[in-house]
Amino acid sequence: MGKGSWLLALLLLSSLLGTISVQELEQRHRTERISGSAGDVLEDDPVGRLKVFVYELPSKYNKKILQKDSRCLTHMFAAEIFMHRFLLYSPVRTLNPEEADWFYTPVYTTCDLTPNGLPLPFKSPRMMRSAIQLIASNWPYWNRSEGADHFFVVPHDFGACFHYQEEKAIERGILPLLQRATLVQTFGQRNHVCLKEGSIIIPPYAPPQKMQAHLIPPDTPRSIFVYFRGLFYDVGNDPEGGYYARGARASVWENFKDNPLFDISTEHPITYYEDMQRAVFCLCPLGWAPWSPRLVEGVIFGCIPVIIADDIVLPFADAIPWEEIGVFVAEKDVPKLDTILTSIPPDVILRKQRLLANPSMKQAMLFPQPAQPGDAFHQILNGLARKLPHPRNAYLKRGEKILNWTAGPVGDLKPW
Amino acid sequence: MKLSALQPIRRANSFRSPSSAPLDGGAAPSDGPLFRSPTAIFWLLLHAICCLVSLALGFRFSRLLFLLLFSPSSSPSPPSPPVLLLHRRPDLPLSPHPPTPFATPNATGSRVVVGRHGILVRPWPHPNPTEVMRAQRILDCVQREQRLQYGVKNPRPLLVVTPTYPRTFQALHLTGLLHSLQLIPYPLTWLVVDAAGVGAASNETAALLARSRVPVLHIRFSGRMPLRWSDRHRTEARMRLQALRVIKERRLEGVVVFADDSNVHSMELFDEIQKVKWMGAVSVGIVAHSGNPGMVAPQQLSKEEEENSPVPVQGPACNSSGQLAGWHTFNSLPYVNKSATFIGDGAMVLPQKLEWAGFVLNSKLLWEEEEGKPDWVRNLDEVGVNGEEIESPLDLLKDASFVEPLGNCGKKVLLWWLRVEARYDSKFPAGWVIDPPLEIIVPAKRTPWPHAPPELPSGKVATSQDPLEKRSSKTGRSSRSRRSSRNKRKREPQIDTHI
Repeated sequence: MGKGSWLLALLLLSSLLGTISVQELEQRHRTERISGSAGDVLEDDPVGRLKVFVYELPSKYNKKILQKDSRCLTHMFAAEIFMHRFLLYSPVRTLNPEEADWFYTPVYTTCDLTPNGLPLPFKSPRMMRSAIQLIASNWPYWNRSEGADHFFVVPHDFGACFHYQEEKAIERGILPLLQRATLVQTFGQRNHVCLKEGSIIIPPYAPPQKMQAHLIPPDTPRSIFVYFRGLFYDVGNDPEGGYYARGARASVWENFKDNPLFDISTEHPITYYEDMQRAVFCLCPLGWAPWSPRLVEGVIFGCIPVIIADDIVLPFADAIPWEEIGVFVAEKDVPKLDTILTSIPPDVILRKQRLLANPSMKQAMLFPQPAQPGDAFHQILNGLARKLPHPRNAYLKRGEKILNWTAGPVGDLKPW
Repeated sequence: MKLSALQPIRRANSFRSPSSAPLDGGAAPSDGPLFRSPTAIFWLLLHAICCLVSLALGFRFSRLLFLLLFSPSSSPSPPSPPVLLLHRRPDLPLSPHPPTPFATPNATGSRVVVGRHGILVRPWPHPNPTEVMRAQRILDCVQREQRLQYGVKNPRPLLVVTPTYPRTFQALHLTGLLHSLQLIPYPLTWLVVDAAGVGAASNETAALLARSRVPVLHIRFSGRMPLRWSDRHRTEARMRLQALRVIKERRLEGVVVFADDSNVHSMELFDEIQKVKWMGAVSVGIVAHSGNPGMVAPQQLSKEEEENSPVPVQGPACNSSGQLAGWHTFNSLPYVNKSATFIGDGAMVLPQKLEWAGFVLNSKLLWEEEEGKPDWVRNLDEVGVNGEEIESPLDLLKDASFVEPLGNCGKKVLLWWLRVEARYDSKFPAGWVIDPPLEIIVPAKRTPWPHAPPELPSGKVATSQDPLEKRSSKTGRSSRSRRSSRNKRKREPQIDTHI
């Protein structure tokens, strides 16, 4: 009888283990945990780890500009506006600047739009300068550290270089007054003037409701191999080609326009989002700037992003292991793109899709209204929290001055 | 290979080569505006000529020049030093893993240069077939994983019931249905009820079914298929009932689908019917075949007929809360005088009010003594006896309101009903194989094929040649026979003596 009871107990135990492992297998089947170089930090809660003080600037720096053109709320640079709104009501906000770890200046530098909707950066340096002069004269905290514990959101094409043309942006460089501050920007390229050390790269703004509205049932089979919609030649600004996107987009077109595996074209259909959900790979080549909202769209719709931009730095690169999620192709390897993509082993592709299916991954790319745990706002705060405590050289000794208030082009010194 | 940027000016004049850059316009220093140096004039003239050439061609051929001069990517070229030196920056802590496999760890300045780059085009831009196959395999893998994760969790096996009988178009219809069934990803059993008589006809269906890769249950039906459509519908119903009785006897498990051999099914149908609990109904599109196009001229259609949708649909009708409220049936009144009566008489074949193909049922409904079996179902043994005529599966139920509407409450048409049949007296080669090859070959005068050397009549060839040549000529003969046999079929009893 003893043997029988032992056998029974063994059977029960093994069945229990079996069910547990089956469940784990099922879980593993669906998604995988995402851990970047900073660890498993996508789901960290920044509340309690840092305090942010929001400067009260006159409304000509933020509200009045927005009132002049409300398109600023929907274009891809809208992160600066939504970050301000998020911080105003966030639990990390403190009204006592003495206990704050970080200081935020709400100035909407990317809201001066042309009739077409593209932001003009010509007045932005003056606007930023004027805002900094204001906070330097009204509060002591700027001069205390010369901006080392301040952060600014600059989502424009080349960040704080404030120009849409790359050479002009490189010529100007980052605004000298911001050289000690932390910049939260969408532009990221290694060894580039406009990316300074310690910047936090964020995804461009993509409207979350619009994308949710176009979701299709997940059992719709993915039948498109490679998908891309966008310009290959910018005929208006670069009619000969070779300049726009460093010739990479033109190369994609010339090599693969007749390839049946590549669904690429310049026509933007109404079913753009639905088509992305039926594709396995989505190309994210550089344009005039290396970043684009296609990365966000690809992540939301589960399409593996194929990033063709040399030396690009992707959003939240220390929290998200982009190497394991996307495919990186050097610009010189574009003619071999089909060979590269078809030689990826299927289990690697399935693993990338599982990582993309992770809801915390999708959440980290979005700026939802109202904010939700794990979204891009929280990732920015997490990034800021990871930079704490401030190094000792952040705070200046009495009388020490590092910033040169008259540096930069003469035009920037005019008051705004 | 990247062309280095010369001057960071957009739309740089493409005809300035790197070597001659210093020679441009700057060679006219202090001379007055009227007197220009010869190099400037030369460049101006060249520019003008090229403009005229472009005008004549219709496009700027500078891009073509670039492509021809700088595009061959197979030839390795030394990296040209970047003219635009960017500030040296230490490796940023944000990105520890560089994506490009460059070996040099310390980059002096950036490798990425602003400016005009060549557009790299490989010399053979067409896809490699091996790679295309690999891509298809990847897609297949991805879709299988999708089905595993989001598709039907515990698929039930299918029991497909098909009534058939040997006739000219049987091979056409059964092969189509067979291929559809072979694509279904769920386990299935195909119950084929065959109304062949005795003799050679009874092996026709068996021969077709022998090619099947799905398990087949070949059920012989005693009785012949009648020639009138109305009788045929009734016989088919009896054949299906016999299949249901087989399911009941053997207690086969799964979802019963009525797939007629001439119907067309979409794959989504088989995914959708997995959702049925006891009995379900789907929408069927009716493709009423109009044999003689001249018969029903569009102008003669009455207003009533025009109001009907172009493809009538039979199926469940739902009310606003998604529950079964009634049935969309086929209105046969407009076609009453124009429909077909005999099989293959060339007129429109009409379906019944509700076709069997639009219903699916759980096989447990048919089993006897099954717990959980609902009480609104009649016992199968009592159905069809004493001359009772079964028109649709609704006659198997005591209460038709429990039928579940499938396919988004009947809004999705998942299969199409049509009947296409040849004349009942039409002849066709047995098993669609011409064996032995036809004996007499006569070249037809007006073949569309290119003129081949004339062949002697077969009798003379067989006696005078070696076995080797005989074999080759025999194959030649059979191919010719197939060709000429097509001409000959229409005039079977006659022999064409034209030479």
